[in-house]
Amino acid sequence: MTPNSKIFAIVFVAAVLLFIWSCVRRFSLVTIGKPEDRFDNFPARIRDTFLYAFCQKRVLQKPFGINHFVLFWSFMVLLLANIEFVLKGLHHSLSFMLLPAFIHNPIYFLFDLFSLFALVCVIVAGVRRVVAPPYPEAITLDAYVILSMIALLMIAYFNLHGVELAVGEISALMPISAWVGRTFYAGIDLESAHSFINFWWWLHAIVFLVFLNYLPYSKHMHILSSIPNCYFRRFGKANTLPTETFVKGAKFGVETVDQYTWKDLFDSYSCTECGRCQMVCPASNTGKPLNPRKVIHDLKVNLLANGPIIKEGGKPTLPLIGNNGEGSITEDEIWSCTTCGACMEVCPVFIEQMPKILQLRRYLVEMKATFPEELLNLFENMEQRSNPWGIAPTERTKWCSQLNVKPFDASCEYLLYVGCAGAFDSRNKQVTVALAHILDAAGVSYGILGKEELCCGDSLRRLGNEFVFDRMARENVKLFKEKGVKKIITLCPHCFSTLANDYRQYGFEGEVVHHADLIDSLIKQGRLKLKKKVDAGRVVFHDSCYLGRHNDIYESPRSVISQATGKAPIEMDRNRAESFCCGAGGGRMWKEEHLGTRINLERVGEALTKNPDTICVTCPYCMTMFDDGLKDKNADKVMVKDIAEVVAEALQ
Amino acid sequence: MLVVACIKQVPDTTQVKIDPVTNTLVREGIPFIMNPFDTHALEEALRLKDRFGVRVAAVSMGPPNAEMTLRKALSLGADEVVLLSDRAFGGADTLATSMVLAEAVKRLAEKDELALVICGKQTIDGDTAQVGPGIAMRLNLVPLTLVDRIVDLDLAAKTIVVSRKLEARHEIVQSKLPALLTVVREINKPRYPSVPMRLEAQDLPVQLWDNKVMNLDVNKIGLKGSPTAVRKIFSPEREQGEIIGDGMKDPEGTAKLLVEKLVQKELLAL
Repeated sequence: MTPNSKIFAIVFVAAVLLFIWSCVRRFSLVTIGKPEDRFDNFPARIRDTFLYAFCQKRVLQKPFGINHFVLFWSFMVLLLANIEFVLKGLHHSLSFMLLPAFIHNPIYFLFDLFSLFALVCVIVAGVRRVVAPPYPEAITLDAYVILSMIALLMIAYFNLHGVELAVGEISALMPISAWVGRTFYAGIDLESAHSFINFWWWLHAIVFLVFLNYLPYSKHMHILSSIPNCYFRRFGKANTLPTETFVKGAKFGVETVDQYTWKDLFDSYSCTECGRCQMVCPASNTGKPLNPRKVIHDLKVNLLANGPIIKEGGKPTLPLIGNNGEGSITEDEIWSCTTCGACMEVCPVFIEQMPKILQLRRYLVEMKATFPEELLNLFENMEQRSNPWGIAPTERTKWCSQLNVKPFDASCEYLLYVGCAGAFDSRNKQVTVALAHILDAAGVSYGILGKEELCCGDSLRRLGNEFVFDRMARENVKLFKEKGVKKIITLCPHCFSTLANDYRQYGFEGEVVHHADLIDSLIKQGRLKLKKKVDAGRVVFHDSCYLGRHNDIYESPRSVISQATGKAPIEMDRNRAESFCCGAGGGRMWKEEHLGTRINLERVGEALTKNPDTICVTCPYCMTMFDDGLKDKNADKVMVKDIAEVVAEALQ
Repeated sequence: MLVVACIKQVPDTTQVKIDPVTNTLVREGIPFIMNPFDTHALEEALRLKDRFGVRVAAVSMGPPNAEMTLRKALSLGADEVVLLSDRAFGGADTLATSMVLAEAVKRLAEKDELALVICGKQTIDGDTAQVGPGIAMRLNLVPLTLVDRIVDLDLAAKTIVVSRKLEARHEIVQSKLPALLTVVREINKPRYPSVPMRLEAQDLPVQLWDNKVMNLDVNKIGLKGSPTAVRKIFSPEREQGEIIGDGMKDPEGTAKLLVEKLVQKELLAL
């Protein structure tokens, strides 16, 4: 039986119109953002939408993701059930009953089964929020309203069909509904059966329509936006930010919400506040004010507050940067990011938190020239002497004063781009020397730029000083072209990532290789012959963010350690793509760490649980952070070594 | 009211070597920077602009490429910059330099009443600390050297109170305006130019005043006007130090050795 179709038709049309109006109002705010092309790569986008949205690949990386996976697919199946529900409400004859029994029977069976799945999932989710919430602030009214509505829908569904089955109104293979019917409605008379049907039907209809209209106003907006967000994911490197054009009158970075791209804004609508980003964020984990989830939430709040005003040509009222509470992001948050990329790596729907933070840095540095005061020296040193410490460029060759390293010329296959740490930092100079020995032993043809070498500018770009970075990148690319550089070896993952990814924007097409990859291939090709197995005791390996997450190089350093020591390195609990930052990326190397606890101590503590004799790294920043951390923890009997040093030992 | 900041473009001395034959600095390939003390002088002038709305002029004497340093002053917010450049000004010692700079300040003060001239306490290439006071003497300004804080400035009453950083003490002095300040690094943290300001500064004029404009007696300026002659420049030989004890293996014993040495040399009294 179907209740009054006419009344339902009016209610339904009104509810759908309201829903469409809400969606248009909210989603149209995204159009105030700047253009960005996310329409290329069609086949890959379809593939990834299937993989990440429909197969929930990233959601399933956490054990609890299975609950979401089941709920998601229950929703997909029950979408059909609800379409039928609506159609049948509009006209009693429109239902799957029109189809032959061998089709409609399994369909109704599935609806029944998936309704149970959905009910179980929301109960589990509700209990989880009380017993073991993903993070304390996850217990929100919003979450419970949504969970209750879904539960109510399922309860209404079972009761409705339970009564119908009990009084023989329908007959279908619906075991759960049938059980509900037997248990609660056995032997009731037809009249009360009809009132029950009426009640449950309208309850289902109203909850359904309320749910629909609640969606755009809640965090569960992600039901509408996360599938497209997966489709519009980024394929390039997220921390290779777009370049800027330095002309008078232009604005740089992001001050107001409309200066983000439409995709940045759409990201904010796609967040369901699962909190995975904050659980892996080094800043959030060490008591700093930055929380990537909150940044995205603030962006959404800001967009909702300012979007309509901006659309009408007005000036935003709620500042995006500032201490204005919800909807504003503080400078302390902005400067806390290490650009490690862990947040983006875990986000199930490909939200890009980090580049948004860097755009805010650009605004602060380039438009306002306000930044933590320690950075002033860094910026001046970079501009004046092209290295972070402000050491004289003539000292760039000091590391090889005892070696016979030749200047790069056209006869060299590789340029050894030593980098500032490799040239100036006393500890890291030893790594450079070790690498030079390795290259010599393998007969690699290489040269250095010596005092002509300039800093790659990584820290500047991550700190938002795009103006100076732009200049340095151009100078470097020009220098590489003049010298005829085709292949570059780097010692530092930050140099590596900057030369290999960022410099593409400046027309540098050469091959860039980090020493981990190079040494690995030299050993595998038989060009580098190791004379002995190095006894470095228990070796723990730490993944650098800029080698690992940002450039997907995980295996070569492990392989190098295995070859040199004869044993695979011991893995930390958080390794490979889940590796935890040392705390120095994103220009944090040059900043004091006043807020919260120290990130390097957290990571060193994690390493020490493995009881290591040696911690192996591939990055000068990690080297410094581990060295410092071990001293602070009075564990300086543990050695920190670059993989190149271990290999160099194996050559003796 | 006008505040003039005197700035000098200097070779980045961390990278400078001395030519043992000619006794001059080897400047080839060495980048030039704004004299670090002068960045503080300019910053202090710009802060007065922010607070009192004074006009800030930056003036520099040097070769034509010093324009770059003056452009930096523009990007930081100077209202007007003047480059004093002429072959006739070249080879000047502090006497001749202060002559040209003083005359330039006079010209700048024609349009606007002079309140202050601010200089860095010294330059990192010459290290004489004489040019600032030299300008003051020539212009009959009160020389307030080694200033680490402007305690009070009253433009209407034309008085200034500053703190001077002397060895182991501070001196708070009051003076009438106009005055000349030489400042130490502690006075402020220099600002960093915003990108719009930098872009703006690229097209702003750098006034070039050569001796046709300045019209100074060529016997009082440049090499001719400089009584100072450099006989010899050298880096003083330093005695090689010695490594005593082994701090890693025996920290306590080494500390004892160190204390004994210091007492011996009367650097420490027990």
